[in-house]
Amino acid sequence: MKKSLNFDIIVIGGGHAGIEASLASARMGLKAALITMSAQTIGQMSCNPAIGGLAKSHLVKEIDALGGEMAKITDKAGIQFKILNKSKGPAVWATRVQCDRALYRRYALEAVSSQEGLEIIEDTVDEILFNNGRILGIRTPKGEYFSQAVIITTGTFLNGLIHIGLKNYPAGRVGEPPSTGVSQSLLNMGLKIGRLKTGTPPRLNAKDIDLSVMAIQDGEVPPPPISIFTKEITNPQLPCYMTFTNEDTHRIIRENLKNSPLYSGVIKGVGPRYCPSIEDKVVRFKDKERHQVFLEPEGIGVDEYYANGISTSLPEEAQISLVKSIAGLEHAKINKFGYAIEYDFVYPTQLKPSLETKLVEGLFLAGQINGTSGYEEAAAQGLMAGINAGLKIKGEAPTILGRDEAYIGVLIDDLVTKGTEEPYRMFTSRAEYRLLLRQDNADLRLMEKGYNLGLINKDAFDMLLYKKDAVAAEIKRLKSERCKPDSVNPLLRKVGSTEIKEDASLYKLLKRPEVSYSDIIQISPPEKELLPDIINQVEIQTKYKGYIRRQAEHAEKLKKIEMVKIPEGFVYKGIPGLSNEIVGKLEEIRPLNLGQAGRIPGVTPVAVSLLMVAVERQRRYASKEGRDI
Amino acid sequence: MHTDDTIASISTPSGRGGIGIVRLSGKDAVKIADRLFSSPKNKKLIKIPSHRILYGNIINPSNREVVDEALVSVMKAPNTYTREDIVEINCHGGVVPLKRILELLIKGGARLAEPGEFTKRAFLNGRIDLVQSEAVLDIINSLTEQSRKAALEQLRGGLSGKIESARNKLVDLTAIVETFIDFPEEDIETASQKELEGRAVEIKRQLKELIQNARHGRVLREGLKTAIIGRPNVGKSSLLNALLEQDRVIVTEMPGTTRDVIEEYLDINGFPIRIMDTAGIREAIDIAESEGVARSLRAMKDAGLVLLVLDGSNSLHDTDMELIEKSGSGNSILVLNKSDLPSEIPQGSLPNDRTAVKISALKGRGLDELKDEIVRTSLKEAAGTGDAIATNVRHIKAIERAYHSINSFSKNLKKGISPEFLAVDLRDGLDALGEIIGITTPEEILNKIFSDFCIGK
Repeated sequence: MKKSLNFDIIVIGGGHAGIEASLASARMGLKAALITMSAQTIGQMSCNPAIGGLAKSHLVKEIDALGGEMAKITDKAGIQFKILNKSKGPAVWATRVQCDRALYRRYALEAVSSQEGLEIIEDTVDEILFNNGRILGIRTPKGEYFSQAVIITTGTFLNGLIHIGLKNYPAGRVGEPPSTGVSQSLLNMGLKIGRLKTGTPPRLNAKDIDLSVMAIQDGEVPPPPISIFTKEITNPQLPCYMTFTNEDTHRIIRENLKNSPLYSGVIKGVGPRYCPSIEDKVVRFKDKERHQVFLEPEGIGVDEYYANGISTSLPEEAQISLVKSIAGLEHAKINKFGYAIEYDFVYPTQLKPSLETKLVEGLFLAGQINGTSGYEEAAAQGLMAGINAGLKIKGEAPTILGRDEAYIGVLIDDLVTKGTEEPYRMFTSRAEYRLLLRQDNADLRLMEKGYNLGLINKDAFDMLLYKKDAVAAEIKRLKSERCKPDSVNPLLRKVGSTEIKEDASLYKLLKRPEVSYSDIIQISPPEKELLPDIINQVEIQTKYKGYIRRQAEHAEKLKKIEMVKIPEGFVYKGIPGLSNEIVGKLEEIRPLNLGQAGRIPGVTPVAVSLLMVAVERQRRYASKEGRDI
Repeated sequence: MHTDDTIASISTPSGRGGIGIVRLSGKDAVKIADRLFSSPKNKKLIKIPSHRILYGNIINPSNREVVDEALVSVMKAPNTYTREDIVEINCHGGVVPLKRILELLIKGGARLAEPGEFTKRAFLNGRIDLVQSEAVLDIINSLTEQSRKAALEQLRGGLSGKIESARNKLVDLTAIVETFIDFPEEDIETASQKELEGRAVEIKRQLKELIQNARHGRVLREGLKTAIIGRPNVGKSSLLNALLEQDRVIVTEMPGTTRDVIEEYLDINGFPIRIMDTAGIREAIDIAESEGVARSLRAMKDAGLVLLVLDGSNSLHDTDMELIEKSGSGNSILVLNKSDLPSEIPQGSLPNDRTAVKISALKGRGLDELKDEIVRTSLKEAAGTGDAIATNVRHIKAIERAYHSINSFSKNLKKGISPEFLAVDLRDGLDALGEIIGITTPEEILNKIFSDFCIGK
């Protein structure tokens, strides 16, 4: 029985993962559908109104380089752009953008609704249809839709349960119903499901806030776009404000702990430690006299602030007194109360590195459903799920980014190899090759891949090639041009650098921390003035050459072992020396190669060594030599 | 796992004395060995044809000091066990030079082989066919087990605790530096450069101590515990003095203890020997026989090696018989002293078919034979010496690497280099210690950060 297909790919959910997944699918030339309960909530920022931050803006720039949409929407909705870690080196610079929530939704909707080959359907999914380990499509109250692949990006909606004080009710976000059918379908497939928790702070009416007692925090001037394709930021820019909690606030919290769903045991899901509720902060760090509270604007002309730092699920009355105890907020009114939300997630070790489930062919999962937190982490997975669903339908091998290629690679490898017990957030410390994975070189690392996938257009790719050539040519020039002590010593003296006694190359001089490229061109300018982006690369690649090379060599070694592929369906049982525990783990994760095998917790270097021999044995058995025996 | 580098290891010595083989395999095997090789006729390993053996000295290339004399065979790919270039260094100077040679090869660019790695390479390079390949896994497996035991042995006696302590301090320091990087906006008290430097100094101190202690493995470090026992007046004290006269290394007085446990260290053909209770041996002349026997039995219990001294100029006493009976043949040597006097105990008359080494402590006769016997018995005692040495070298190299990484951290810290570069040094340090006691995952660092600092909006 063959049913006619409605779509190649159906994406369930219109959040940050769903947007990227559906756009990538359609842009790869496939017929795609985006199913959402309401098109008006596409691109909703359910938590804080900001995109980016440490390690997260790295993800956004990588999405951008691969042809995703997040960075472009962010630039259009951005109302404050800040560079973090400016005092440190470029590898750990990050961009954080405060966004206008309504603008973000508007431009997200605009992107998906104008995309050729992508249909937006407002509906609720009751069931995921599958048969014999293969995806068939979905069923909604309006009928059935069939497709070759389904990508689920339902965020916190799976059996979502909102807590405010000891009261709780089922919801996906405040004011939106949860999704229950999808969870049941996943269970029916045999997927293991766990429970996580996250939370938000109250949102305050701006009218009664006394901003004059708070520290003002402005963004950069001019605002630096996060997308490589954005020429200029045109929105008016708004500041954030900072105030602090105090002993009084902490007393109120302590007195109300008995009514806290977190501390009374009502909440069972595991919350993120890097994003603790104010209750957690006060209980766990008793000696801290105050905690920061950031008031982030919700949008242009919107009289509301997001009180970042006081995420809470205390009862409403307690939230009111808690807020009023804070300097500047004495008369503030709460527009929306803070809440905690518990939701289902699928243990991500049940996924392949392509984000396809191991149990059901053609079913892909992306975003919070895989145990992550954050818009950027979700979007990154959405993009890769869309790409890999598309490649699968085209009969091509999946795109799997290495840990040395992209934070996206680190993210997905961590999820499918190690799994997670708490909402997973990206940190730069998770990347072994932090100095290679910079936000300044995301395009150099990934844009060619985006182009080959059909997600980056020819113009952008040509620009990339031009940039690569220009950077290489300028570095070559700096290495070959030598200068005499007489001609450069005055300048070196001026910038506080030691003088040279013999001829030195420009390259050698630029390697000195105190010498900048602008100093170098005073000695000897290139034939034609270079674009700032190119100058930036020349400077970074020259100054950090030693460290970059060290990490690149390290990564090269890793690659060698990643090259040893483990065939699909490889039998681990019976390999001498592998303990039952290790066999169990290998069978569960089913690593693609020896590199991934070695990263599974509990798999020892010796086990990897034994595996190497066992894989080679099987290869030989399968080849001619094996048949001759 | 990287099959294009050059590996080195010690083949467990099987023969007499301290003869052992250090083996190299890989594309740089000949080049690396050649730098340590000095032949009387100035022959070069890189110049000789395949499958030849040269005689010469193994030297330390940095100071030209001779480590041992050796026969070196060069076998070029592909007609070798691993189908790579192989060099075998046969030397006989005992355990200590063997270890020195291995260390020098590693310093010269070789990597210490994993257990069973030669066999693994033989298989991966097609030297071993599929029929035999099941055995390859078994070999790797059993060698790994041996080496695991050797590693456990090495880590005994508080060593693993000390490494763990250094590692924990390093995790703390890394967590502080990583917090600078990943959480720049948090309201947390940032550690001063002085505090970071202080932490680094403490870690370096601990690592340095570990390197000094680990220089020798347990047996190699402390020497094989040896008891000289026997009835009063058989010549224990003269034997001790005779050995000391030739081979004394150090006399130590353990702090805080009585003279009873004064020990003497001997270096016998490169094998360190620690003689227990030397005070007791020297003073034992006048004590009652029963007390002497009790003392001997106590010493025997603790010892790894027992030298049971008998007076060859007198017939065997009941006490002698009892001591021979109680000293196992595995780790004890019977020493027939006073061979300068007429013998009353002919060879073959000893109980349990035991044989004895004849010496005259007074005249210094038979001491060389005794020393050979000591090394032979000791090697049996320290079974798997090759593994023990390899493990030991692995540990030392790892701890040294960790030390250098922290040192580089300190230097870069003083230069005011940005924390993401400092983190590279710290991570290298953690990776190095991880080779001994398991890797430190980013998750572990994050756990530390979240438990120590109030992070997050």
